[in-house]
Amino acid sequence: MSALAAVSTGEAITFWVLGPLAVIAAVMMVLSRNAVHAALWLAGVMLALAGLYAAQDAPFLAAVQVIVYTGAVLMLFLFVLMLVGVDSSDSLVETLRGQRLASFVLGLGFAVLLISALAAGTDGGDGVGLEEVNAEGNVIGIARLLFTNYVFAFEITSALLITAALGAMVLAHKEKGPESLNQRQLSRARFASGHPHPLPGPGVFAEHDSTATAALLPDGSEAPGSVDAALSEAHTGDTGGSVHHR
Amino acid sequence: MNPSYYLFLAALLFTIGALGVLLRRNAILVFMSIELMLNSVNLTLVTFSRIRGTLDGQIMAFFVMVVAAAEVVIGLAIIMSIFRTRRSASVDDANLLKY
Repeated sequence: MSALAAVSTGEAITFWVLGPLAVIAAVMMVLSRNAVHAALWLAGVMLALAGLYAAQDAPFLAAVQVIVYTGAVLMLFLFVLMLVGVDSSDSLVETLRGQRLASFVLGLGFAVLLISALAAGTDGGDGVGLEEVNAEGNVIGIARLLFTNYVFAFEITSALLITAALGAMVLAHKEKGPESLNQRQLSRARFASGHPHPLPGPGVFAEHDSTATAALLPDGSEAPGSVDAALSEAHTGDTGGSVHHR
Repeated sequence: MNPSYYLFLAALLFTIGALGVLLRRNAILVFMSIELMLNSVNLTLVTFSRIRGTLDGQIMAFFVMVVAAAEVVIGLAIIMSIFRTRRSASVDDANLLKY
């Protein structure tokens, strides 16, 4: 009996240290404006809960909590925070008037409801305790249940995890656009096209923009006087290339 | 010190998580609050497992952790793709279907 009482006081100390820590960290998580600080406070809550699991004869779950939650899930949160941008923090303007007050009242009411229901529903006894089922060890007990009674649920879980991995790949994958050419490739392509000079500006119905090329009248004939007299004399019959009527 | 204290602690944490969902508008923070609620329910399950003297509650908490891990992966991928198209992670900005 005295050994049990000693265990109980040790557990009480654990509870009264880790419980308030968890509550404070949770409140800070909700209130902190910086998303990275919120993630770190959440890590505090999860570590405190791992301690509480360990205090309640659930060492396997305590380890899983630290590895899966603080190790994997929270790192995923931080990765996404860094991808989305740390400075994309909340605007603190209320979009719905009175929403904050209403949610505080709602939260208070919900807490009162839950706690009074729990107080009415629990008899305040110590319960059965896990000494008997944990006699072989907690991990062995869990494994025995997991691979007998819950083996079907366990197998379904693997399908769920594969689906989640595939879904994340589909949702987070980004299609790459066509490869853009570099300057060297663009230059080569231009000379290979047989058209290395710049094309005439828009609205000019000619393939050449040299001053020796005559302008065209609306009926397609060459406009007299559009070419300088000196040029037209030097290049009689040569308009500097073919002029296409389009 | 009896096990029902853990239940009260879990109720408190769940309420704080629900308040976080109501108050915050950054989608990632809303998601963190949901994680907090899941964690507090896990604490309840572990406590019930101890009160009843069977390990079924711990198995249930284990499955909740697995499902939560899958849910976080999908949820964060959705938040990422919304952020890519709308350049915002605020839950108020995704309102195309509102009017």
